[in-house]
Amino acid sequence: MVDQDNSPQQGAPADGDDERVPPMQAILDNPFLLLFIGVAVPAVFYTIWGIMEIAAIPIAK
Amino acid sequence: MATTFAHRVCPDTGLKVCRNAEALIKANAVVAIVFLAIGGLFGLLVALTRWPAVHILPADLFYLALTAHGADILIFWIIFFEIAILYFASAVLLNCRLATPRFAWLAFALMLVGALMGNVAVLQGESSVMFTSYVPMQAAPHFYLGLILFAVGALIAVFVFFGTLVVAHQEKTYEGSIPLVTFGAVAAAIIAVYTIASGAIILIPTFLWSVGLIGEIDTLTYRVVWWGLGHSSQQINVAAHVAVWYAIAALTVGSKPLSEKVSRMAFLLYIAFLPIASAHHLLTDPGLSSEFKIFNTSYAIYLAVLASMIHGMSVPGAIEAAQRRNGFTQGVFGWLRNAPWGNPAFSGMFLSVVMFGFVGGISGVVLGTEQLNLLMHNTLYVTGHFHGTVAAGTTLAFMAITYLVIPLIFRRELILKRWCKWQPYLFGIGTFGISMLMMGAGTLGVSRRHWDMTFSDATLSFDYPPAAFLMMGLNGIFAVLATIGGIMFVVIVVGSVLAGKSRDAEAAKTSPIIFQGGGATIAGHGGEATLKLPGTVTLVTVFFISFVLYYFVNWKFLSEVWPLS
Amino acid sequence: MAVTPPQDRLWWKEPLARMEITWISIAFVWGLVMFFTMVYWHIDGKQNLSNEAYRISPDAFAEKVEVFADEYTVREEGETGIPVVRPPAGGDAYMLGRLWDWWPILELKKGESYRLHLSSLDWMHGFSLQPANINIQVHPNYEMVLTITPDKAGVYSVVCNEFCGIGHHQMVGRIYVTE
Repeated sequence: MVDQDNSPQQGAPADGDDERVPPMQAILDNPFLLLFIGVAVPAVFYTIWGIMEIAAIPIAK
Repeated sequence: MATTFAHRVCPDTGLKVCRNAEALIKANAVVAIVFLAIGGLFGLLVALTRWPAVHILPADLFYLALTAHGADILIFWIIFFEIAILYFASAVLLNCRLATPRFAWLAFALMLVGALMGNVAVLQGESSVMFTSYVPMQAAPHFYLGLILFAVGALIAVFVFFGTLVVAHQEKTYEGSIPLVTFGAVAAAIIAVYTIASGAIILIPTFLWSVGLIGEIDTLTYRVVWWGLGHSSQQINVAAHVAVWYAIAALTVGSKPLSEKVSRMAFLLYIAFLPIASAHHLLTDPGLSSEFKIFNTSYAIYLAVLASMIHGMSVPGAIEAAQRRNGFTQGVFGWLRNAPWGNPAFSGMFLSVVMFGFVGGISGVVLGTEQLNLLMHNTLYVTGHFHGTVAAGTTLAFMAITYLVIPLIFRRELILKRWCKWQPYLFGIGTFGISMLMMGAGTLGVSRRHWDMTFSDATLSFDYPPAAFLMMGLNGIFAVLATIGGIMFVVIVVGSVLAGKSRDAEAAKTSPIIFQGGGATIAGHGGEATLKLPGTVTLVTVFFISFVLYYFVNWKFLSEVWPLS
Repeated sequence: MAVTPPQDRLWWKEPLARMEITWISIAFVWGLVMFFTMVYWHIDGKQNLSNEAYRISPDAFAEKVEVFADEYTVREEGETGIPVVRPPAGGDAYMLGRLWDWWPILELKKGESYRLHLSSLDWMHGFSLQPANINIQVHPNYEMVLTITPDKAGVYSVVCNEFCGIGHHQMVGRIYVTE
């Protein structure tokens, strides 16, 4: 973009810096891992749990 | 970096714009706006019918129009536009080619055929089953088939987006992590996958039932799974319009996220926990346990509300930080007074942030509280709430970014500059009014999806309080205002695309669209040292106090209702 | 900018500003407060919807409601022919929703508790008690049982607030609460 500035900032890593990416950043950088989380969490807590509750409703006397 | 693909270099941004992505963004955005126009006019008819003194449509046409309004706006307008945003946030922002353009066109065709089929089914009059199409009320088979085709198309488009991320990563068209806006689009796309999967799980059997191949569909199961589609589809909007807020703030005032870490964690909370709030709709249903209701309706202890509150701080905060860097340092709100209020992209975005938070957000949390829900379930309060989120929030944000998409992607100058300036305010005030008035009428008990609030044909009579009638009349007036804003928007877009002056490289220099303050000023802030943002602190404090007060006022209302257990 | 990759390659390591930490903490604690308010209301609040529900066929439910009406009908409502049924205090009361009425009319005594059974014979309906403003989703094939204790005398209407077809707006029932 227009303001893609190339001047290195103080605190910004120098070129060739190969310090390891922190694990949480690595997770956030992985869209497919996030996709798994985003489908699994609601599928388990909402859809599956909800249907199990319906299945457990007793038959009227 | 050496990969070549058909592209142009944008004179405004210097980005390589993939020709395929550009064409698909245009196609999806144009079709989206067509459905916005159709759905909006149905919405006007609905509001005029609910205005007791006008009561324009007969009952059958009212329910038809309401079904069309819901499907066209909540599904077709929003999702077509979101697909355009996904292609923009991937191929354009990542400077790369769009993956599998043929599949992207296939997706577009399926979505278009599905949307048309759905509309035809509704207009034929045999499918006035509302957007929710609860069984055992039955629509014509091609109503469900249209929705299924649309969903399949949307799913393909979402995977084209993911494919494009892979292409950009492999071809190294960007350094480090993807931009925050693209990350927000990833969140929207992920929620879309869960949404569409839920839709497929329930609509395919419902279609088979409508053609007689399946005997019966359980109503409670239908509601649980269907709301995985119905509510989560609106959660796609939340993630998408938050990404749009960040994008517009960056492009119009040159803002930079206060903290990449905080904003991305907030999107992660959206990804994991927004969709479980589909349980908002099930709080008064039989047989579901309070544990299920409380856990899901609270997005796992309000983690997604936490995320929204984070964005509600970091979007205005980023704008304030940028504006202060731009030299508007006077007082607490000098940065806000001197914001580009005449730029419809900025004003639309800011109104969307404020109204989504104060109107849609607060009312949504109250409505989604397990016990408070019984005060408002299925009343017009629900409708008021989601006009605060979807109309004043999402639709206004999408309109706002359209003012940037037309010059940047369509390469056309906007026509009717004065209209452009006023349009977000008109639409914003209109949608603010309808949200608040419907919430007011709902608090007085007025039912949603109801043709005649006077009950003139009913065997047993009932009268809502006179204040409710007044509110429904005012609601009609604000709906007219919102419609005028909507018509202005459509005229501006269609006029600019067809007849606007072509935007050339010269114009990019003389009348820049995106903020020209440049890198040096913005690059310096972020991090602790520059974060003195008294305006944002004031805004979030006012928000928090309103939230707490309104929340507890509703518990007070609840405590006055008949004891129930 | 938000539309470009983060400037700092290792953005995760950027420190948080105090204002951000403060706001996140406030929002998190507020979430806990709202969460535990719902839990607290189950322990000490008086308005909670019951989770008691059963599967039942529409025919079986209709039969139960008819038996109930036969036993406790006290009069008919004006010209309409709809029975007004007065269940014993503390006992079971039944109301069914169908296209397009709520049946029968109930007459309850203020301050007494009743086990109200709700279900639908056909499509989904919405039990919306006005002006008390209690709103409950009513399904066919499921019988929901909740205990209600009317605490104000008066004439209450039951509006249907779940769309149920062309006669939806005519679907009004009634509950009398007597002193």
